[in-house]
Amino acid sequence: MLQRLITSREALLLGAIAVLLALIATRFPGFIVPSNLADVFNDTSPLILLAIGQMIVILTKCIDLSVAANLALTGMVVAMLNLAFPGLPVALIVVVAVTLGAVMGMFNGILVWKLDIPPIVVTLGTMTIFRGIIFLISDGKWVNSHEMSAAFKAFPRAEFLGLPMLSWTAILAVIVFTVVMSRTTLGRAAYAVGGNPHAATYTGIDVGRTQFWAFTISGALAGLTGYLWVSRYAVAYVDIAGGFELDVVAACVIGGISIAGGIGSVGGALLGALFLGVIKNALPVINISPFWQLAISGAAIIIAVAVNARASQTKGRIILKSAEHAT
Amino acid sequence: MTETTRFIPDRLQSPLQQRLKSWETLLLLVAIAIFVTNSFASPYFLNAWNLSDATFNFTEKAMIAFAMALLIISGEIDLSVASIIALASTAMGAALQLGAGTPVLIIVGLGTGLLCGAFNGILVTRLGLPSIVVTIGTMSLFRGLSYIVLGDQAFRGYPADFAFFGQGYVFWVITFELVLFAVLAVIYGVVLHKTNFGRAVYAIGNNPTGALFSGIRVARVKFILFLLTGLMSGVAAICLTSRLGSTRPSIATGWELEVVTMVVLGGVNILGGSGSIPGVVIAAFVMGMVTFGLGLLNVPGIVMSIVIGALLIGVIALPRLWKMWRG
Amino acid sequence: MLQMTQTESRPDVTPVLALDGITKTFPGVKALDGVSLRLYPGQVTALIGENGAGKSTVVKTLTGIYQPDGGDILVDGKATRFPTAQDAAVAGITAIHQETVLFDELSVAENIFLGHAPRTRFGLIDWAAMARRSTEILRGIGAEIDPTHKLRDLGIANKHLVAIARALSIDARVVIMDEPTAALSHKEIQELYELVEKLKAQGKAILFISHKFDEIFRIADRYTVFRDGQFIGDGKIADVSEADLVKMMVGRDVSQIFPSRSSNPGAEVLRVEGMNHPTEFADIGFSLNRGEILGFYGLVGAGRSEFMQALFGITKASSGRVTIDGTPAEIRSPADAVDAGIVYVPEDRGKQGAITPLPIFQNVTLPSLGRTSHKGFLRLAEEFQLAREYTERLDLRAASLDTAVGTLSGGNQQKVVIAKWLATQPKVIILDEPTKGIDIGSKAAVHEFMAELAAEGLAVIMVSSEIPEVLGMSDRVIVMREGRMVAELAGDNLTPETLVRHAAGI
Repeated sequence: MLQRLITSREALLLGAIAVLLALIATRFPGFIVPSNLADVFNDTSPLILLAIGQMIVILTKCIDLSVAANLALTGMVVAMLNLAFPGLPVALIVVVAVTLGAVMGMFNGILVWKLDIPPIVVTLGTMTIFRGIIFLISDGKWVNSHEMSAAFKAFPRAEFLGLPMLSWTAILAVIVFTVVMSRTTLGRAAYAVGGNPHAATYTGIDVGRTQFWAFTISGALAGLTGYLWVSRYAVAYVDIAGGFELDVVAACVIGGISIAGGIGSVGGALLGALFLGVIKNALPVINISPFWQLAISGAAIIIAVAVNARASQTKGRIILKSAEHAT
Repeated sequence: MTETTRFIPDRLQSPLQQRLKSWETLLLLVAIAIFVTNSFASPYFLNAWNLSDATFNFTEKAMIAFAMALLIISGEIDLSVASIIALASTAMGAALQLGAGTPVLIIVGLGTGLLCGAFNGILVTRLGLPSIVVTIGTMSLFRGLSYIVLGDQAFRGYPADFAFFGQGYVFWVITFELVLFAVLAVIYGVVLHKTNFGRAVYAIGNNPTGALFSGIRVARVKFILFLLTGLMSGVAAICLTSRLGSTRPSIATGWELEVVTMVVLGGVNILGGSGSIPGVVIAAFVMGMVTFGLGLLNVPGIVMSIVIGALLIGVIALPRLWKMWRG
Repeated sequence: MLQMTQTESRPDVTPVLALDGITKTFPGVKALDGVSLRLYPGQVTALIGENGAGKSTVVKTLTGIYQPDGGDILVDGKATRFPTAQDAAVAGITAIHQETVLFDELSVAENIFLGHAPRTRFGLIDWAAMARRSTEILRGIGAEIDPTHKLRDLGIANKHLVAIARALSIDARVVIMDEPTAALSHKEIQELYELVEKLKAQGKAILFISHKFDEIFRIADRYTVFRDGQFIGDGKIADVSEADLVKMMVGRDVSQIFPSRSSNPGAEVLRVEGMNHPTEFADIGFSLNRGEILGFYGLVGAGRSEFMQALFGITKASSGRVTIDGTPAEIRSPADAVDAGIVYVPEDRGKQGAITPLPIFQNVTLPSLGRTSHKGFLRLAEEFQLAREYTERLDLRAASLDTAVGTLSGGNQQKVVIAKWLATQPKVIILDEPTKGIDIGSKAAVHEFMAELAAEGLAVIMVSSEIPEVLGMSDRVIVMREGRMVAELAGDNLTPETLVRHAAGI
């Protein structure tokens, strides 16, 4: 049992991150100071939140390319809401953000479930539709920091036990979804659907409905992150989080979530996101031009996929008794 | 005991009958409808020079779409094509700085495309990695390399004769790019529909196991298809660079999704196994006309994407909704 | 044609579960046509019928996977429906399906309890209880399997035991077993019989689907026969003989006659030496002459298909030598195998044998495009001609050569696959379970054809799990067990007893 834990995908990834930090520390020891690491975690929190949602979607053999557009649209909506009604309590804003995000996710989910349209096509379409809607509602204008209420902007930065609320949101999401994925019917259904959709129907699981809820959760998390993003960066405009959906998928892939479905964990999504977050934050301080970031994350994705594929390779059916339990 | 052998006819429907009932016919009707609508919507539409300018909206993307169609029919995908354009253009710009003339630039452009395609191909066919995540990785890697070379600078100063590819006219309003597009359409059409190779592509896309068991060299065919998408990206890079007269690492951003949209709109099943080149040609014209027509009405680009996104989902959803209504 | 539709007088007990006049239609085929079935508590009912008779459709209807188009499902005499699989489980119906409906990436315990996991007070899944109860159930069927292992780490027989454990994890009143002994060893089969007796004693009703008559007569109390989706008859096992059952299954007197052959083997065409694979087979070696039919017998999961696929270049053997007509052959892909003259007709017609969405003629010409095309360009006229030549030779029944293979019956699909390979003019043809799932008329045709091929000088390897077929068609038989060759039988040695003994390892 312990041996399985040590050689698990997540443990290896944790090790890789540790090695990465060690390497960075040789150039810039200040990087691994706890307060800096906390900053890195905080900076990576939006990616963590989205990666958790994407993980669930990918588990069910789907993909959601619309998450960044969802984030941007929800962010703009709540920003405009705050602009029009600065007195609205932040709690209500959060509820609106999560609900709106969930509704957008449900739109994706319904098209996949009831019309059987391949997820990549659906989310390719909604990705551009959601972004376009931002332009339509905002007329291309920005919502700037001075137009946002103080309460609106303060929430993600508000500290509790030394960590900002943005970080706590990510931590809470990790805890909640770890429980959901391992101990609820929906969570286990996601693994079953991705692992063997045909067999899943035999156990009474509705494949399409499970996928629908996966998209809804992904949308809800994107909506929540939309509010956190615009309030933290104190700006909302059409192009925010442009291309971020690829970072999210990259985080999942690096985190060991198999694109074929059925394999992956919240821990993996967390570690994959942190891996990318560490790289992004380290490059400026160790004097590597930020222009290297894109190539490095690309290489990381390829290496992660290759390593994970090697690890889960089936060696063929086990027929020789000598080969059974040799694993 | 056996009855006399019954005669089995070759076909029940003539090929013409089959074609008339197809997606391509539906799409052609849509294309005609859009053409007519545009003619009424704007007085500038039916102008030969304007229409000729409009072709630039789709010719370069369509060249890639032909190769992408074959790849998607075979069951794979290549999301790195736009990044290959960036890298090929960067390579050409670098060669330019070293004093290369147009013939060398062409070789560099095409060669870079082929190398990138080979890289994708090896990862997918030799290491057996899923093409969607591999090409998400190379998408970042290739463009990332361009950023490392160029940063936020640009290469300029392409020779005068190089400009012909993207800016030249062959006859009256007919641009070189349009001619190239037509020639490639014919070549890819013949390859897909009239050769052994094309037959193998369809077989693999419908049932890769069955194709392998029938003696088809599946890995080799797929490798060639990745070479082709890389090569076509190189061709597109030459045209685009020549048209813009400069190279930046950010060129062609988002093109991969437009190419995939063009292919799916053209009736190619994203899951593989079916589709045709004529369909892709019509889809290219449809997208070009929509973009051009909306542009004449001063619709901003990002709102145009809503139309394209809605078109993508709508065109796939409608036949399914129709089937559901019929019960 | 003998029509025996007997419904014997019902015993005084109400059936726990009954089907009455159930119909189920799929596009193009009526799978169930007004069938009846009665299952009594404490009794084993054998459901008998050929492939295509409707047995698996009935199982799926009883477990809520399919919804009947007409007729009644009666639980304790009351009409009811199972809209979802969960409803059937709640009604106390559990099944061990023929195909593996398990999840490789999930643990053994989760496979057993998926869909009805034990919960803690807060409604969350209780993993500890799940592991505990899994061990209990597994021990109860004589399996020593660690419930925390992932399913994909288990061998085939153990996976099947997990499937059985899953069926038993529901507090069921009706247990359906669909060909449960196909992959089990002799010892495990005995344990299964004991399990059935235990379940009977607990008052459960058991539906047992099998095509092995010795099994049926050993453990069944009652029988029900289906043919072509129709109910033919039912009654007590004690009142019928095997011949009676076969007559009901097939609708006519059938003694399986195999084509007479003169055993006149020619020169050696294939020699295999020392082929090994890390997990699937070890030490395979034999030789094959022209005109011979070499049978490969063994239990499901013995490794025969795996070896054949390595010989054909689908998978890679870790070592071994193959010689064709004296020349060594380097087979690293099916294309290499075809070039060397070895072709393979797989067991899985739909996925491996044919490309079902494509038309017949394209399937037939696929490996032979080099011959029909001109410099890489397709020539449809030549393709149709080639397809016509070989499909006529096999007496194919289809609407046109342009029809999709997927619309054909099992027997005709098999003909397309065989036609495809004959068109390549091979030296060795490997047939993997060639008549599995095919109606008896087409079976005979395939056997006739195999004899013709051998007579023409082809060398034939036939993998089969049906003893009459193996005995009737083969010149020699190699028996495999757990990935190894355990016997080579011919002449007087070739009897049903020796086959079973070597295959099961008694």
